[in-house]
Amino acid sequence: MIAELGHFALILSLCLACAQALIPLAGTLSNKSLWIATARPLSCGQFVFVAISFACLVTVFVQDDFSVAYVANNSNSLLPYYYKVSAVWGAHEGSLLLWVLILAGWTLAVAMFSRSLPADMVARVLSVMGMISVGFYLFMLLTSNPFERLLPFPPVDGKDLNPLLQDIGLIIHPPMLYMGYVGFSVAFAFAVAALMAGRMDSAWARWTRPWTNAAWSFLTVGIFLGSWWAYYELGWGGWWFWDPVENASLMPWLAGTALIHSLAASEKRGLFRSWTLLLAILAFSLSLLGTFLVRSGVLTSVHAFATDPTRGVFILAFLGVVIGGSLLLFALRSSTLGATASFNWLSREAGLLLNNVLLVVALAMVLLGTLYPLLADVLGWGKISVGPPYFNFFFVPLGLLLMLAMGVGANLQWKRQGSGKLFSLSKAPLLLSPLLAVLWLLLAGWDVKVTSLLGLTAALWLTLFTLQDVVQKSSHSGGRRAGLARLSKSYWGMVIAHLGIAVLAIGITLTSNYSDQRDVRLVAGERIEVAGYGFVFHSVEQIRGPNYIAQRGRFDVSKATKDGGQGASLKPENKAFTSLWPEKRRYLATGNTMTEADIDGGLFRDLYVALGEPLGDGAWSVRVYVKPYIRWIWLGALMIALGGVIAAFDKRYRKARLNVKQTTNVDSSETSPALALAKKEN
Amino acid sequence: MDRIKLFIPLIIFVVLAAMLYWGLGRDPNAMPSALISRSVPAFQLPDLGQFKPAGDGSATAVIAEADMLDETLFLGHVSLLNVWATWCISCRVEHPYLLDIAESGVRIIGLNYKDEAAAAQQWLSKLGDPYTHTIADTKGGLGLDLGVFGAPETYLVDHLGVIRYKHVGVVDDRVWRTKLQSRYQALVDVLASGAE
Repeated sequence: MIAELGHFALILSLCLACAQALIPLAGTLSNKSLWIATARPLSCGQFVFVAISFACLVTVFVQDDFSVAYVANNSNSLLPYYYKVSAVWGAHEGSLLLWVLILAGWTLAVAMFSRSLPADMVARVLSVMGMISVGFYLFMLLTSNPFERLLPFPPVDGKDLNPLLQDIGLIIHPPMLYMGYVGFSVAFAFAVAALMAGRMDSAWARWTRPWTNAAWSFLTVGIFLGSWWAYYELGWGGWWFWDPVENASLMPWLAGTALIHSLAASEKRGLFRSWTLLLAILAFSLSLLGTFLVRSGVLTSVHAFATDPTRGVFILAFLGVVIGGSLLLFALRSSTLGATASFNWLSREAGLLLNNVLLVVALAMVLLGTLYPLLADVLGWGKISVGPPYFNFFFVPLGLLLMLAMGVGANLQWKRQGSGKLFSLSKAPLLLSPLLAVLWLLLAGWDVKVTSLLGLTAALWLTLFTLQDVVQKSSHSGGRRAGLARLSKSYWGMVIAHLGIAVLAIGITLTSNYSDQRDVRLVAGERIEVAGYGFVFHSVEQIRGPNYIAQRGRFDVSKATKDGGQGASLKPENKAFTSLWPEKRRYLATGNTMTEADIDGGLFRDLYVALGEPLGDGAWSVRVYVKPYIRWIWLGALMIALGGVIAAFDKRYRKARLNVKQTTNVDSSETSPALALAKKEN
Repeated sequence: MDRIKLFIPLIIFVVLAAMLYWGLGRDPNAMPSALISRSVPAFQLPDLGQFKPAGDGSATAVIAEADMLDETLFLGHVSLLNVWATWCISCRVEHPYLLDIAESGVRIIGLNYKDEAAAAQQWLSKLGDPYTHTIADTKGGLGLDLGVFGAPETYLVDHLGVIRYKHVGVVDDRVWRTKLQSRYQALVDVLASGAE
């Protein structure tokens, strides 16, 4: 009954979404203000019904209703209740439902927080979002209905949730990621609305910026959680694998990052308008592509696409309508957006342009690497993986360049930067960053390598430039404190996010250069030393979890002894400061075994122990890692996300709503080579 | 000209979409190798098993030249030469199936391509080892000579060390039954009749 209710609510949401897609838009075309005014109530209604539908699916999971096919395939009566809830988005159908729920949520948010925008603009934006919803509802109802029953013979128990997904990280990771993916639909809808209206000005950019920032921050957190989950759950000790699933989330992030920066130029200087619109379309298109590539299994197994041709064709048709339609609109309308301002080659505009070029190149190379196996398959070359060597080869130099450019770029002035001033600004970072990098490595007792030196230098360069800028911008006649208080939230957001990039880069550099890893055979009582830490293997015992049984090892960790004695028993002078309990789990319903590593985390190093296979005679294969600074990677990611959020709350965006200024065509009369260039760019 | 430029994103997308549509439900074909009916190129590389863990978490091999593997490895047996690496996700997909056919008596030589020895050893001890020998091609030199396109790839090599067939991509039950098994069996039969 509940499943049918959910199904019915989903159909009602489809009806409301259809109305939301058509009526307000028709209103803007025929100038009927009553029709335009329907946009908000329709979005509310759509949200209510899809929320009911989602609640129904959660309910059938919690009640263990295995007559529902989706529940039977992805849950089990032994599963703890919180995993029963998260199992809702553990597979294709349910994650689609989560997707539309979040989309309806963003739509509702736009409807509620856009009181001060022109009514026709809101109507267009909500219509576009309604169209996207319609596509998703149709896709679900026609090809992947989560409420389908297995009648008349329901199974006694479910097949269980994939053990990899039974984890706290996976409870919150997909919703965060989807918040980011779907959040870009707002920027997309704003872009399409601007193209429909043939109007895009700095007011438009001001409306779009906070939404883009919010979505981008969610996506950053989502990616961070995915990386964190892979680190401790997959048992490989890596934090990024360049696999298609990760790339699918990285691509919209790169496009979104470019968008945030080009929006800045569009808002402040009316520059790069068509380019900004294209990026807004691109960010959401890549989100859509990512969701489908991952969810349809196209990339990991092309045959999943082929086994259900209706699903595959539907996906493609939907992508065709959304992406193709918006790009066509872009091609036809973006040239009507008007002239552009000039800028000097040494200016913040040029810095932002360079940032966009680098990000888009990085994006193109990830896209190529990700789709290449798919294209190879399509062209009949068989299934191929493009490995991390390819990605690292391109990404490391691009990342270094980006950081160098970031340091300088954020310090440049709009329009034109005096080169003498720039030189005096760069003196300190130029001298100090390599010096500090060498010092850092020497103090930590690591050998100085070219790769680590380059990485650290670039990160420190960025840090020093950013801090120097804060110091200069906060100088104030009323004292430093008043100066700091005067700086805007969007400036602070930028500072924190840029410092986050530096922290992330330091983490990546040091972890990938100075991690120590051992794979050893250990018998109970034996001791091994890795990178200054002693690990004593005590015992393995059997324990029972709610839906699995596990072998659990115990390792006592202490500082290394002077003699470095292998196999020596515990001495009093090197007392253990912590114990690690890695597990090898076997899940009862599926029979899958899973490695649960145990980690002693710290700001400067992680100690990581994973239990391998029993080798007989009480011996086990054991993997021990010491990973310096790995937490900095996630710390940096969180700072980046935080920066995005802070910037989204800048006063300016709220003020802008009270005092909406129309078109600001800055300096369009000026003629100069730079103008011609900027025009070409547009 | 400026107007036309604005259509570029659309055109790229249309080409991509057309390619995807064309690929829907299409059966990927094996790519013919330039090396078919030629001998396995000469090589001299260590066996993966000869690598010993070194202090920094990697593994190194110090082996006399006489102990290295070379192309004579293929003489006298019909073998599959499977190119794999730990960074290759599709290799992980095909791995259980390789274990199956190795179990049924097929001789599979592994070519660990552009990989870290320590990681590769870990992979084999964790997932099982279907290979009678694993050639450690850390630099990718042999892979280059073979014309390896990407991992995974599987070559069918006869008892004279001549490459008879090449399959690009995952070997699974369907590929084995439709493409490799009959060819493999034919070569085994030839070898058996020659030995009589």
